Amino acid sequence: MLEVQNLTAAYGDFPALADATLAVGAGEIVALVGPNGAGKSTLLGCVTGLLRPRAGTIRSDSRDLLVLHAHQIVEHGLALVPEGRRLFGQMTVEENLWLGAFTARARAVRGESLARVYGLFPVLAERRRQLARTLSGGQQQMVAIARALMTSPRLLMLDEPSLGLAPRIVEAIFETLTAINEAGVAVLLVEQNVRAALRLAGRAYVLEAGRVVGEGRARDLLEDPHVRRAYLGPLATR
Amino acid sequence: MSLVAQQLLLGVLIGGLYGLAAAGLSLVFGVLRVLNVAHGELIMLGGYAAFWLFTLVGMDPFVSLLVVVPAALVVGALLYLGLFASVVRFSDETRIKNSLLVSFGLGLSIHALAVRLWTADERSITTSYGGRALTVAGLAIPELRLLSLAVAFALIALVHALLTRWRWGHAIRATAEDWQAALLVGIDVRKAYLLAFAIGTGLAAAAGGLVSVGYSVSPSIGLEWTLKALIVIVLAGLGSMMGTFLGGILLGVAEAASAAAFGGPYREVVGLVIILLILVARPQGLFGRS
Repeated sequence: MLEVQNLTAAYGDFPALADATLAVGAGEIVALVGPNGAGKSTLLGCVTGLLRPRAGTIRSDSRDLLVLHAHQIVEHGLALVPEGRRLFGQMTVEENLWLGAFTARARAVRGESLARVYGLFPVLAERRRQLARTLSGGQQQMVAIARALMTSPRLLMLDEPSLGLAPRIVEAIFETLTAINEAGVAVLLVEQNVRAALRLAGRAYVLEAGRVVGEGRARDLLEDPHVRRAYLGPLATR
Repeated sequence: MSLVAQQLLLGVLIGGLYGLAAAGLSLVFGVLRVLNVAHGELIMLGGYAAFWLFTLVGMDPFVSLLVVVPAALVVGALLYLGLFASVVRFSDETRIKNSLLVSFGLGLSIHALAVRLWTADERSITTSYGGRALTVAGLAIPELRLLSLAVAFALIALVHALLTRWRWGHAIRATAEDWQAALLVGIDVRKAYLLAFAIGTGLAAAAGGLVSVGYSVSPSIGLEWTLKALIVIVLAGLGSMMGTFLGGILLGVAEAASAAAFGGPYREVVGLVIILLILVARPQGLFGRS
């Protein structure tokens, strides 16, 4: 589904990623965790075509993504829910969702897609004529996920979807991710909420200072001494 | 009293052209985040196109819009590809600076070319029906300028409809709001930029055609019209075609009112005063969103 190999990226002289290698298989949920500034968002930026890496390869189903423009990568079936949601705030919920189905491939099935995302997030159907910026944070996150789903992705990438949301809402959103995954969409989840992310994911990668310093089954990483010390806190018992 | 009313009426009529002139610049600025100070020169070119079509082949200036505007769309697309496509690759701040340099150079070039080709003389189109006026409640309404106002409004309404109903209109608005988010839903933002610049140029040319029939064109009118358009944008704010049109009419009326109150020379001052007041009191403009 997604193969990132030896990816190196930098902002000017500031290195952001060094030789990062990662893969997401069809139907998997993979978590990517690590501290702020580790390069997680940079990696997503490179995969989505918003940033150009210095070196390395990014392939999806044997297609070289580095030669594609960002909008073509969406057409290919990779969608990102960006950090901070980045909705079109001056437009209604439904206008945001229709824009999600902009590419020819997504447009062909947009009626079904809309019914599906309204099924996942019934509150959005109630609010479909409301301006996106007037929604609560949790609802805005739902619109962001729904808009990405409208692109008919085979891989859904999320950058810090729990940021700034109440625990109850985070729980609901993570449950939705499970439902989305069960419908056949692979998920790559970048999260600072490491415990929740590792519980949701099947496999995970730990990224620190631009390097992949750990990888494996999410269940095992939850028990890993380094991960527990660095991300789960000294009192982590569960 | 009726003299003042007459002047205010003429202010409304020219204000519609200010609105049309500003709409194109506002669209380009709002979507591409580049400031095209050659916008007034594009208006001037549209004016000359209408003038020569009238003078050489006798085409009515309102009919010639059907030729001039489509041609301007093509010219706009070429200008975007040749000049501005390289500017929009930069970060937002660099975009503005580079676009100022590029478009200032473009404006000077068009101006010099126009002087060379057509001399510095003022030209205007005098149609057979040019002198007619309606009289309503003691006010004389020049038919030609009334028709120009109606055409300006119709064009603004057309662009508004495109932006709210057309698939690529949605894409243009999405790009204006957040171009990276637009990329992430699969919009080719370069195409959105090209379309917005082409439409902006089409609006400029239409404004020019109307200027050449109700008023006059010469190679040096460019800067003046760019300035008017900028004043209207500051006054009205970005993001609403109808708001821009209303802003244009407000400027026209304000100019007429200050000319009536303080004398003709003060006509040009009022726009700059408006800029100051708006920037202090409501920086997003009257109809803009903060």
